[in-house]
Amino acid sequence: MTAELVRGQNHPLPGTRLEIRVSAGKPIVAGATLCDDRRTVRGTAWVAHPGAPTLPGLEVSRQAAADHRLAVDLGALPDGAHHVNVLLALPVGAAGPVAFGSVAAPFVAVTGLDGTEIASYTITDLSAESAVVALELYRRQDAWKVRAVGQGYAGGLADMLADQGLPQAQELASTINDAVARGLARSVAAPPPRPADEARVRAAAQGHTAPGQQPVPPEPAADPAGKAIAPTPQPGEGGTPQQPGDGSVNYTHPRRQTSAPPPPPPTAAPAAPGQPAQPVAGDATGWSLEERLYNQVWGMFEDLARTAAAYRSAVDFAESRMDQELDKVLSDPRSRIGNTGDAARAAARARHGDLVDQARAALDRDLAQLAAEAEVVEPALPPAFADWSSPVWQGYRAPMEIPMALRLGNLHLPESPDLRIPMLVRLPLERGLWIDSGRSGADSLADADQLRRLGLDSAVAHAARLLASYPPGEFTVHVIDAAGTGASAFAPLVRAGVLAGPPATGAAGVTAALTRLTQRVDLVQMAVRSGVADALPQDLDTGEQLLVVNDFPHGFDDRAVTQLRYLADEGPAVGVHLMMVADREDASEYGPLLDPLWRALLRVTPVPDDHLADPWVGHAWTYEPPMVPPGSQVLTHVLDRVGEARRTGSR
Amino acid sequence: MTVNMTKGQAISLQKNDGGALTSVRMGLGWQAAPRRGLFGTRTREVDLDASAVLFADKQPVDVVFFRHLVSDDGSVRHTGDNLVGGVGQGGDDEAILVDLQRVPVHIDQIVFTVNSFTGQTFQEVQNAFCRLVDETNGQELARFTLDGGGQYTAQIMAKVHRAGAGWQMTALGNPANGRTFQDLMPAILPHL
Repeated sequence: MTAELVRGQNHPLPGTRLEIRVSAGKPIVAGATLCDDRRTVRGTAWVAHPGAPTLPGLEVSRQAAADHRLAVDLGALPDGAHHVNVLLALPVGAAGPVAFGSVAAPFVAVTGLDGTEIASYTITDLSAESAVVALELYRRQDAWKVRAVGQGYAGGLADMLADQGLPQAQELASTINDAVARGLARSVAAPPPRPADEARVRAAAQGHTAPGQQPVPPEPAADPAGKAIAPTPQPGEGGTPQQPGDGSVNYTHPRRQTSAPPPPPPTAAPAAPGQPAQPVAGDATGWSLEERLYNQVWGMFEDLARTAAAYRSAVDFAESRMDQELDKVLSDPRSRIGNTGDAARAAARARHGDLVDQARAALDRDLAQLAAEAEVVEPALPPAFADWSSPVWQGYRAPMEIPMALRLGNLHLPESPDLRIPMLVRLPLERGLWIDSGRSGADSLADADQLRRLGLDSAVAHAARLLASYPPGEFTVHVIDAAGTGASAFAPLVRAGVLAGPPATGAAGVTAALTRLTQRVDLVQMAVRSGVADALPQDLDTGEQLLVVNDFPHGFDDRAVTQLRYLADEGPAVGVHLMMVADREDASEYGPLLDPLWRALLRVTPVPDDHLADPWVGHAWTYEPPMVPPGSQVLTHVLDRVGEARRTGSR
Repeated sequence: MTVNMTKGQAISLQKNDGGALTSVRMGLGWQAAPRRGLFGTRTREVDLDASAVLFADKQPVDVVFFRHLVSDDGSVRHTGDNLVGGVGQGGDDEAILVDLQRVPVHIDQIVFTVNSFTGQTFQEVQNAFCRLVDETNGQELARFTLDGGGQYTAQIMAKVHRAGAGWQMTALGNPANGRTFQDLMPAILPHL
């Protein structure tokens, strides 16, 4: 928990190794001085500044910047150092601002080495000051504490150092300024504009201080005493205006200004007009990154559907308008004389071409934006959402909990064959899967055996992905392979030992497997309906079950078919899912009796096929199964890990 | 700065700084007028519906209304049906958001209509208005008051149409009769 300090407030520090983060809108100088117990700096060797950035236990940046990180090791400070003053100053040798009043309030945070904020402080109420002591770390009875100081100096660094009892303050200040000017001349570019985040207002760093510009003379020290600070009280500031110099404490919360907020910084525009915003992975709503990515992928899906709809309707309209115009030319007798007809026809075609070009330009703009988004989203996806080629699968580890969704494949439209949208379905599956190994119109090239094999391979890939997505022991896969034709395809599953048992073969095996699962569905349903989930038999596996059926309806009698339909209808609600690898033609002897079964399952294909419709516009999307890259061992690798986790029960 | 529009008035949807508007909201708000009766000022619920019809060259291409909340291309969105009105007491009860930059290139006019779904005439409605808001900064560009309602159940409010590279809005305010936008089509066509 971060303590938000106000001026004068202190806060204990948990450790001695700390980082101090400084953010200001403009490049500023950050430094630190050490003081002894009499609050005096013992010499120039006790000042860390860009010219001498490291001291024992202290390190500061070498140049002026909008953001700084100061490393502090309080245990390694020189003997006798009791105070560390963190100071900020505006660079003098550049055409930047000359007083803190004209930049956004600097923000300082003390963080642990792991980045957790311990305390933070926003230095408000600055006006004519060009140097400020932001924080003080001090030793109090062998424990270190931090205090928000916020003491500004109109006379700049020289005044500040003199105030800390350093005799060579003037010389050191000019050394620091020289070092900073050298640093600025070295720097290549101003830091990029930062978007204003949350309520923390920072000025966007614009107007780069170009090297080699006329140096602005440092502001004349108004008072030799060094405390000549006369901030004009901000009108409307609650209560009596506090003079930061008089040591009194301003109890107003620095972030909760009720009136007279600092002038709004020129916020960096999220995107230049006409330019799309830079896509970011996880840029959607959701409680977790996974949910945000899921929603983002669905958002991309919807955007692509709608963009394509806009393009298609514009092109359709252009064509129908051209047809109408051409018809009109044809039916107009005047157009048969001379060139008027040709001219009218040419005009109609030109109008058509113009509109199609415009529509294409709009489509290309949107596709480019979506492609850029896909490029950042795809590598950020967790395993269950990721393609098999993604590196996350190489480093696969059994998950602790069920992911939100599973990638079943890719979807794309003919307008943009390269832009593939992950097809994510929610887990647990609401419908079984039907991997259609039959011939469909598009893939007449592949022969039947090849298709069957492809269907089996993609069934194995889907099953492996499901197994890998569930925590070990919470997902069990049963296989029915009545004729044993899928033995070689199922071999990876068998070898890795991730199946509940060997694939069931023969009519007896089919019956046994189906009966077991039917009984489970029945028992769980009864228990759920009567609200006695704890009355289930001890040996009943309550995890999710997947039944993979190959070669349907080979080996199935009428009773088995009925059981299968029962599982397809009732199973998903109680965690029993069905994956059929089947060609509908094989079961044609059942006639329309099995149509409800096919309809109840989500049909996917082992080869790209355009049979899926989106829920918004109803385009036909080409589905592409998630294929393991050729020659890749990722599937074996993942299955081995799953099998290992199942055996050891470890996660 | 709000322009209080009168019937037939046209305004150009340019920002004050000359930039084109990117996204506008057509908001509709109303309250049922109190009726004198046995129980004093009991009000009956009035369901007004806002619809937007997208035209390409005078052909209706798409429509956004309470049963089709998003145009196929996603550029026009209805925020959802409000059955009683008066929720915001002056705020928008129904709103249609138009992302002008994403409207497909062939759509050249968008007509906004209001229908009384429950069949009451606008005499039984009070404080009804339709306004056009710049969605990017919430600034009201134009307001069109529906008061002085007569014996009609629908009104063709306004149209937003392409003018050069940008868009223009014309207040129409034509009374008509009908339960949904379909009934209004004959009345809309003369305004295109």
